Amino acid sequence: MKKKIVVVGNGMVGYKFCEKLVAKDTNGSFEVVVFGEEIRPAYDRVHLSSFFSGKTAADLSIAPVQWYADNGIVLHLSDPVVDIDRTAQTVRSHHGVVAQYDYLVLATGSAAFVPPIPGVEKDGVFVYRTIEDLELMQAHAQKAKKGAVIGGGLLGLEAAKALLDLGLQETHVIEFAPRLMPRQIDEAGSQLLQAKLESLGLKIHLNKNTQQIEGEEAISAMKFADGMTLDVDMLVISAGIKPRDEIARVAGLEVGVRGGIVVNERLQTSDPAIFAIGECALAHQMIYGLVAPGYEMADVVVHFLTDGDKTFKPYDMSTKLKLIGVDVASFGDPFVQEPHAKTIVYENSSKGIYKRINVSNDGKYLLGGILIGDAEQYNMLLQNVKNKTLLPPDPEDLVLGARGGKEEAGSGVLSLPDDALICSCEAITKGAIVEEVKAGNNTLDAIKKCCKAGTGCGGCVPMVKDLINETMKAQGVYVRNVICEHFDYTRQELFDLIKIKGYKTYNEALADLGKGDGCEVCKPAVASILASLWNELILAKGNDTVQDSNDRFLANIQKNGTYSVVPRIPGGEITPDKLIAIGQVAKKYSLYTKITGGQRIDLFGAHVSDLPNIWEELIEAGFESGHAYGKALRTVKSCVGSTWCRFGVQDAVSFSIQVEERYRGLRAPHKLKSAVSGCTRECAEAQSKDFGIIATEKGWNLYVCGNGGVKPQHALLLASDVDTETCIKYIDRFLMFYIKTAEPLTRTATWLNKLEGGINYLKAVVIDDVLGLGEQFEQEMDLLVEAYKCEWKEVVNNPALRKRFTHFVNAPTVKDPYAKFEPMRDQIKAAEWTK
Amino acid sequence: MNYTSEETLVWHKACAVDDIPADGGACALIEGEQIAIYNFERRGEWYATQNLCPHRQQMALSRGMIGSTGASQEPKVACPFHKKTFSLKTGACLSGDDYQIKTYPIKIEEGFVFVSL
Repeated sequence: MKKKIVVVGNGMVGYKFCEKLVAKDTNGSFEVVVFGEEIRPAYDRVHLSSFFSGKTAADLSIAPVQWYADNGIVLHLSDPVVDIDRTAQTVRSHHGVVAQYDYLVLATGSAAFVPPIPGVEKDGVFVYRTIEDLELMQAHAQKAKKGAVIGGGLLGLEAAKALLDLGLQETHVIEFAPRLMPRQIDEAGSQLLQAKLESLGLKIHLNKNTQQIEGEEAISAMKFADGMTLDVDMLVISAGIKPRDEIARVAGLEVGVRGGIVVNERLQTSDPAIFAIGECALAHQMIYGLVAPGYEMADVVVHFLTDGDKTFKPYDMSTKLKLIGVDVASFGDPFVQEPHAKTIVYENSSKGIYKRINVSNDGKYLLGGILIGDAEQYNMLLQNVKNKTLLPPDPEDLVLGARGGKEEAGSGVLSLPDDALICSCEAITKGAIVEEVKAGNNTLDAIKKCCKAGTGCGGCVPMVKDLINETMKAQGVYVRNVICEHFDYTRQELFDLIKIKGYKTYNEALADLGKGDGCEVCKPAVASILASLWNELILAKGNDTVQDSNDRFLANIQKNGTYSVVPRIPGGEITPDKLIAIGQVAKKYSLYTKITGGQRIDLFGAHVSDLPNIWEELIEAGFESGHAYGKALRTVKSCVGSTWCRFGVQDAVSFSIQVEERYRGLRAPHKLKSAVSGCTRECAEAQSKDFGIIATEKGWNLYVCGNGGVKPQHALLLASDVDTETCIKYIDRFLMFYIKTAEPLTRTATWLNKLEGGINYLKAVVIDDVLGLGEQFEQEMDLLVEAYKCEWKEVVNNPALRKRFTHFVNAPTVKDPYAKFEPMRDQIKAAEWTK
Repeated sequence: MNYTSEETLVWHKACAVDDIPADGGACALIEGEQIAIYNFERRGEWYATQNLCPHRQQMALSRGMIGSTGASQEPKVACPFHKKTFSLKTGACLSGDDYQIKTYPIKIEEGFVFVSL
């Protein structure tokens, strides 16, 4: 007879319970029914604020509805449980569904705590808990200008970030306490955080007691106890949480004085057949408002139900997060001070960094601390606290790094005890990860797959990577970044081998140098090497199907399966006639047009079967491929320079056209961007490019390895005041050196960061020619430049290649009916994708 | 592999063998459904799956790169959108998600590709 389990609540913890039970209950001894109040299945509430920075509800989803069905779980959504009959052991839902249980798991979570301020019911006042709350906020924000958040704690600052992302003109944070995040960080840290957040545009008010929310129907102002008034048209209340214990109360279960369902260390409520987990549970007289302890609770109950023995211990509430781009971490006991401990503080207000560690009086153990502005050491420090690791003689090295030529202080990941918890979301220890690595799961993906470490919040991923590398090194394995399971070579080795053997196709390389049938990692990597070596048409010789999708169709695939088209516009210079030609093509094929960040025009929404026709017309009008789809040179941006600008000292446009036409179509391990500025004012933003050139009175300054993107990095000066010819020579050498030595999909900035000797070594190779390869690099580049052909021109003139550009091979004129569009601002956009 | 000779199967002519690029895929419209057909030439094998990637519901699998993985050399396709990979034999998702795609019996006769839905 199967045991019946009813789970009330389908949030992150409720879902985790189901996931863990499914994994443990291999012989199917349970029947599980889940009731959720929201319309969606469980989603990632921790990253809720990313909803406003572009993530969709689908991105936040944890598992689709299908997952529940596949695992035999009955899921009732939009249907909260309203009543528990403990005698009959049944629950009844809002829609009248009655379900029998042997065990009942309450995972009802928490709601926002809304203080009883007169006026909270007015329009424009929100709480911040669910996707529905966010959608309401989003709608309201369109007509709002000034917003405020009540609550300067962790959740309040998250909500403030949301208001910033929503584009409000002013965002105010109202905190009752005299400092921000009073539960996690100390006075000094708080002041520094406040300064940093204020510099990012938040207006912060401390010691403020909101007395009244004013306005007719909708909020117009807030009035405070000190007499101050603040005009706002939007307010988010994020002043804390309140456990959802209503049905437990009605059912007569014991609840805490200030709310929360009382549980023992097996998470049983006062009725032993009923459990409570997550933010609705009051365990050890505490509500645990983080997801990691909630997951641990789920695990404890699953152990109990599957005859395991595990108890819930008081849980460490250390936390690290990024608040509006500022790292904040608090671990162990952050506040302990003299006479109970010694405190070491490092503060650098110009850089916005504050670090405090609390050390036991005997100097042996770390008790806790606070990190603001730079929390890179958080994982190691937390492990030190949890495992009572003996501290080095100078504990300040832990936060300052070793000074004075010694090895880095503290202890590497391998010195942690085996039971050190590395991934707290999934409760994976160091020992477990090391065992998996030894068993052959020695990549991050393999670890994620075999034990789920790093799949939750992702915070432990750097540590997991270190553990993999260190474990392999400890085993005497020389750690090489080989391409994939099919090629046991690094990219640099493969590059040299393919060159020496003169291979021109992927299949030749695989037959001789690899094994198996290849995959989506090695195919484009080898394709890129072939293109960098020979610059032949990438779709010829059977290499078409080893190209990544964008290269295979010479266009960028977009959300609904249609493509975007970017003609090359060197230096961003374009004649009126060519502008008209682009407009005519866009009109004819109903394309959405947008100016790109690289001074070009992108045409979106092209059906795959229209691509050759579109290009035929663009080529006719004098355009050529812009290679926006390739890991290749994209664009060389320019400012107008000395031809028009009263400050310009050199002709930046002419030089950028010269540079773009020299390197157009050059394929590399990753995309390449460039720019030329006509004077030191740097309007072309050359210092954010892979190679950037800035005019000087005497010639050009050449900067290399800059990057925008995820991790912006300024380019570094490689050569100054060089003439045009020398500048090109240095770029040739720099690019060839990068193309030959970088790992796949590594931008120049990351490549330089890993290059031993850094920019000084790069200067030695490019300028001083210490490798003696300078001339060879230049010749190789000359060959690539000579071999350049516009690949779209070749396709347009080749009927066999053109034929491949169809959606249905057996119905070439039929377009994909799934490629749907929606109107927006007089143009179209891709229909939103669903999950 | 989905070769089968059961007489109960209804075969639909999808396209000519030459329509599908070597070691790649293309999509055919069969009975109103979008079917991805793969010509795994280096292994002398053919596969057919649904064209829809279940991850973001995009009609794209036929444009993905194919290959193999593991000691058993499981044939697979990677969706061009987010590189979710699926077994061409079983349709199981190989990149750690709970997705499953449909696979179809396929056969080659006299230069043409036939699929049974």
